[in-house]
Amino acid sequence: MNQHRILIVEDSPTMRQLLRFALRRLPGVEVVEASDGMDGLRKVTSDAFDLALVDINMPVMDGLKLISLIRGEERLAEMPIAVITTEGAQEDRERAIALGANEYLTKPIQAQQVLSVAKSLLKIG
Amino acid sequence: MSDENETSERAAEFVTMFRKGIEFTRELLEENQRLRTRVSAIESRQNDAAQSPTEWEKLREELLERIRGLEVDRNDAIERLQEVERENQQFVTRYLEVEEENNNLANLYISSYQLHSTLDVSETLKTILEIVINLIGAERFAVYVADEKTGQLHAVAAEGGKLSEFPAATVGEGSIGACLATDEVAYPVPLDQAGGGEPIVCIPLCVQERKVGAIAIYSLLQQKQGFSPLDHELFSLLAGHAATAIFAAQLHGQSERKLSTIQGFIDLLSQ
Repeated sequence: MNQHRILIVEDSPTMRQLLRFALRRLPGVEVVEASDGMDGLRKVTSDAFDLALVDINMPVMDGLKLISLIRGEERLAEMPIAVITTEGAQEDRERAIALGANEYLTKPIQAQQVLSVAKSLLKIG
Repeated sequence: MSDENETSERAAEFVTMFRKGIEFTRELLEENQRLRTRVSAIESRQNDAAQSPTEWEKLREELLERIRGLEVDRNDAIERLQEVERENQQFVTRYLEVEEENNNLANLYISSYQLHSTLDVSETLKTILEIVINLIGAERFAVYVADEKTGQLHAVAAEGGKLSEFPAATVGEGSIGACLATDEVAYPVPLDQAGGGEPIVCIPLCVQERKVGAIAIYSLLQQKQGFSPLDHELFSLLAGHAATAIFAAQLHGQSERKLSTIQGFIDLLSQ
């Protein structure tokens, strides 16, 4: 069975637990957590991930900055990124997509949405 | 020598293939013959029937009977198929219901788990803010804590505005105070009137008879169109668990302070 590694970059422990809980239903998935953008950058550059779920509003380094830094790394240019945020405005969505996010989900999220997006980005049937 | 063996093996293979070909041709011829006999019998019956109206009528009746039988079979099959499709649809609906229920329970479990994972008042308040923002989807709201002696409610944590923007309330007065007095979740103004001075939802925080505080939600995130059944479950959960968590954290803080004072006093006496 293929092992997929997913990085959750989210400052809220409640949301991290909720996302981890939802992703548990995907077979062969390992979840790693980061509590802010800087922590996420450290983890994503020192390890290999198949998908990153990134919040926008975070302390230390926000999600948009993190996405632009990830896309600046040649090795990570193709890694799928899904944004999960409270920011529902169209311009926020467009900004995130322009920076390199593949999907944009707004909170409150349903576990099914997360699963569906993760399956699609990980190309799990 | 090896060339001879190879030639002999290939010759044997060829003979086997040739025999299989003969067998296959024979089977085809037999099948052809069988079909010819059948066609001939049908043609003969049709010719006979064409010459005799009675025979024709009999053949016609037989065929009609057969068609009726096939139609009955077809209708039975369609009915069975529809039944299976209905069952399938019921299973899909039930699966989606169970899935939704499972997700709702996960949200409630995680909220409850996080609320009771700390004995620090500020951490507890932070968890309440996280739940209300991320799970309910509120944009502007405040958590009020009640002063037991005065009955005053003060905003101690807020999102979407400064604490000073959320005026103090009194237990029993106004929409926030009234909801705390009755210990029931209240919806003072409808969603389409959100954004004014009155909250759209008031969640009382009570532990038995003790009035701990309240959560007042003034507006929702723009992508949130209304309240779902899960939101109402979360309101009930917050009403009970957030109150208990704040109360426990307050008691823990007080006991820590008292312990520190007593320890200082003991240290002073023992010097």
